[in-house]
Amino acid sequence: MAGAATREAFGEAIVELADQFPHMVVMDADLSKSTMTQAFAKKFSARHLELGIAEQNMVGVGAGLALCGKIPVMTSFACFLTGRLEPIRIAVGYNRTNVKLVGTHAGLGIGEDGASQMGLEDVAAMRALPGMVILQPADAAETRQAVRWMLEHEGPVYLRLTRQKLDDCHGPDYQFRMGRADEVFKPKDASARLQATIFASGGMVPEAIRAARELESRGFKARVMNAGTLHPFDGEAVVRAAKTSQRLVTVEDHNVVGGLGSAVSECAAKDALGIPVVTLGVRAFGESGLPAELYEKFGISSAHIVDACLRNLDLP
Amino acid sequence: MSPERTAAAPAAEKPQEREDLKTLAREMRRDILTMIYEAGSGHPGGSLSIIDILTVLYWRVMRHDPERPDWPDRDRLVLSKGHACPALYAVLSRAGYFPREQLWTLRKLGSPVQGHPDRLRLPGIEASTGSLGQGLSIAMGMALAGMMDRKSYRVFAILGDGELQEGQCWEAFMSAPKFGLDRLVAIVDSNGGQIDGHVRDVMNVEPLPEKFRSFGWDTVEIDGHDFAAVERAIDSAVKSAAGRPHMIVARTVKGKGVSFMEDDPAWHGKAPKKDELEKALKELS
Repeated sequence: MAGAATREAFGEAIVELADQFPHMVVMDADLSKSTMTQAFAKKFSARHLELGIAEQNMVGVGAGLALCGKIPVMTSFACFLTGRLEPIRIAVGYNRTNVKLVGTHAGLGIGEDGASQMGLEDVAAMRALPGMVILQPADAAETRQAVRWMLEHEGPVYLRLTRQKLDDCHGPDYQFRMGRADEVFKPKDASARLQATIFASGGMVPEAIRAARELESRGFKARVMNAGTLHPFDGEAVVRAAKTSQRLVTVEDHNVVGGLGSAVSECAAKDALGIPVVTLGVRAFGESGLPAELYEKFGISSAHIVDACLRNLDLP
Repeated sequence: MSPERTAAAPAAEKPQEREDLKTLAREMRRDILTMIYEAGSGHPGGSLSIIDILTVLYWRVMRHDPERPDWPDRDRLVLSKGHACPALYAVLSRAGYFPREQLWTLRKLGSPVQGHPDRLRLPGIEASTGSLGQGLSIAMGMALAGMMDRKSYRVFAILGDGELQEGQCWEAFMSAPKFGLDRLVAIVDSNGGQIDGHVRDVMNVEPLPEKFRSFGWDTVEIDGHDFAAVERAIDSAVKSAAGRPHMIVARTVKGKGVSFMEDDPAWHGKAPKKDELEKALKELS
């Protein structure tokens, strides 16, 4: 049950997949200890590039490597990497280069380091780039398979990872499917209409599952969908959820604008589903504290999710 | 395409005499001005300042094949100052990458000849550029990939001097020597002008040769309109394998070849009117 941080699973996956993907090159900007690329750097030193604290150059160099057949996997904290939006827009997006951007320490989950280290707008920025695939795995098993998919895919990918450890939410038969949300919590009696379907992703999945359990203990029914692909979004999952639930709730360790909540709302609006969508997300720049304290303060804890599922609910 | 075709035989027309190269460059200056006139907008000043350098590169130095723009062992050129693409378009069409008639569709809806270079629309463009400051990083990545794969292709990057105000350029200047990229040749088109005026007034970037040397680049300073000097500098750069990247500071004249455009920043990004075009073409006849 007790799992690993998704950055740790990523670090293991790139070592495991190194021989299978001989063109993979791993790039760092002085954060390899944190982004978990050191094992790769040690074992495959000729395929590891340390670019120093100069992320925009790293993005451009990665694009050039990709234009000559390499698969660059570049890592930094989510905020520092996607903060170099213009080089990513042109050298990666517009040039359609096979660059893999890996942003770790996503969201409030970094904790004590505080606001300046928190990637809270990265998904919004990356979602606006045509052709960018955004993956946010929720546990080690999903991370390993997502990394493999990312390396096989020809085109730009943004992989968003957590600093904090996450409980395993997938069973041994789990199969990653890009573009598909998967159910990670199902109420015991799911035959009747559910009070809510909760869409969560990455570090918020454990909070969402905790909330769903709490709801069940109080006699309410909620399902949790893990949106491991944030872009392109699984619109069919939203349609299915709308048919079986009274409301949709989204929760993300990211600004409430432009991320998961927006994606679900856009799908609901596009298909005129006429279902309320409650979006929980961060509305500030964050601050120092323990992750649990921060989730509480900024409105994305399991208690907030429970409340969002029940607030003003038209109970039968 | 026959597999026997080898690297060293580019299919581009090959003027053998230096005089021919000058004639060719003059004809391409006419193309540049005509396409910008037809488009109604564009950047003549910086296109005219790099055309001589591009002429030497494509007809004397680079190993390339217009019939195989994706040939893996080709030399690559990244035009970091993407706004000067009319010069590159003139060169690529003359070299045989695409029909010359396409030049007159510059900046028109649906044209492969975009306002700034787009690698996915036009053969011969190695990287889509135009957002300044990014080209050298991309060229570095290409050179790094070549080094890792033990390839012998060379990578050329052409930068503007105004462009050097972008911080990313200096990240690239700092990092290329670390990797010993001696197949990377950067050429700064030092024409001294940018949109808002002269570079020295907008934000001085000099003294460039001293700065590049202190960053660890093998650096030379030349007259970017002296064909022999340009060829000598690039030749010596590509032949050296001293484990250092090469920098050529090419002192050029913005608007070179058209008397009323020379060294006038007003011609950075302005199309000539009909009478101005006629006057310019007459000077270049």
